[in-house]
Amino acid sequence: MMLHLVIFSVFGIICVAAAVNLLVQRHPINSALSLVVVMGSLAVEFLLLGAEFVAAVQVIVYAGAVMVLFVFVIMLLNAGEEERTSASRVALLFGIPGMLVGSLLMAWVLLERSGTRAVAVGALPGPPKTIGWLLFHDYLLPFEITSVLILIAIMGAVVLASRQASARQTRREG
Amino acid sequence: MVPLSYYLVLGGILFACGVTGFLIKRNIITIFMSIELMLNGVNLSFVAFAAQWQALSGQVFVFFVMVVAAAEAAVGLAIIIAVYRTRETLNVDQVNLLKL
Repeated sequence: MMLHLVIFSVFGIICVAAAVNLLVQRHPINSALSLVVVMGSLAVEFLLLGAEFVAAVQVIVYAGAVMVLFVFVIMLLNAGEEERTSASRVALLFGIPGMLVGSLLMAWVLLERSGTRAVAVGALPGPPKTIGWLLFHDYLLPFEITSVLILIAIMGAVVLASRQASARQTRREG
Repeated sequence: MVPLSYYLVLGGILFACGVTGFLIKRNIITIFMSIELMLNGVNLSFVAFAAQWQALSGQVFVFFVMVVAAAEAAVGLAIIIAVYRTRETLNVDQVNLLKL
């Protein structure tokens, strides 16, 4: 039982540290790699909760496919270090204390007042078989709608990123 | 045994980091990564609540969130490429017109 808490804390700390690193780093490629670390440690948290299918999809789809897309675009556009612009004074005066107070308040309420039960290791196993059954029975309509969404996204990406369209645009303008 | 609230606090911290990154970052790609960070925080809450209420629907919703995030990333990155091609910059301060 103690081990569960230790694993949760270790990967939670790694997760938060990588998320903060994402904000601090100025080069996009460093931020992208920190985001991979966040997603990897989140996969471990999913495994602790018993969601094995979600953990596998998190690693394969998020940390794998989506982040590879990000890294490709960063390299394609040759993105350099971002320029710092002077932050607004209102953001510094009110934003940062407000965020700190808000998050501490939220953490206090959740930790002290919610009175939730402890979650056991692997509390709710989500094997691919059960998830697949749910997807193709209870959530069949949303599942089919997502396939249409993906199709639209693919076509949109191809149209938006095609060189031909933008070349025609510049020819018409220039 | 880890209380459910610990998972929720971790998800909240990740979401807050994502919001902060969205507001303070100037590079359009990093802003996109902050959105992914927010979605990940929400996913953690979904799975934690699924374990709390013994309802697998929470894990199915995570699946849908991932699908939407992947579609959003594909379209968004295509838009970023189109913006970069016409403006030669990734700084959002210099992208102030919707017109190409």
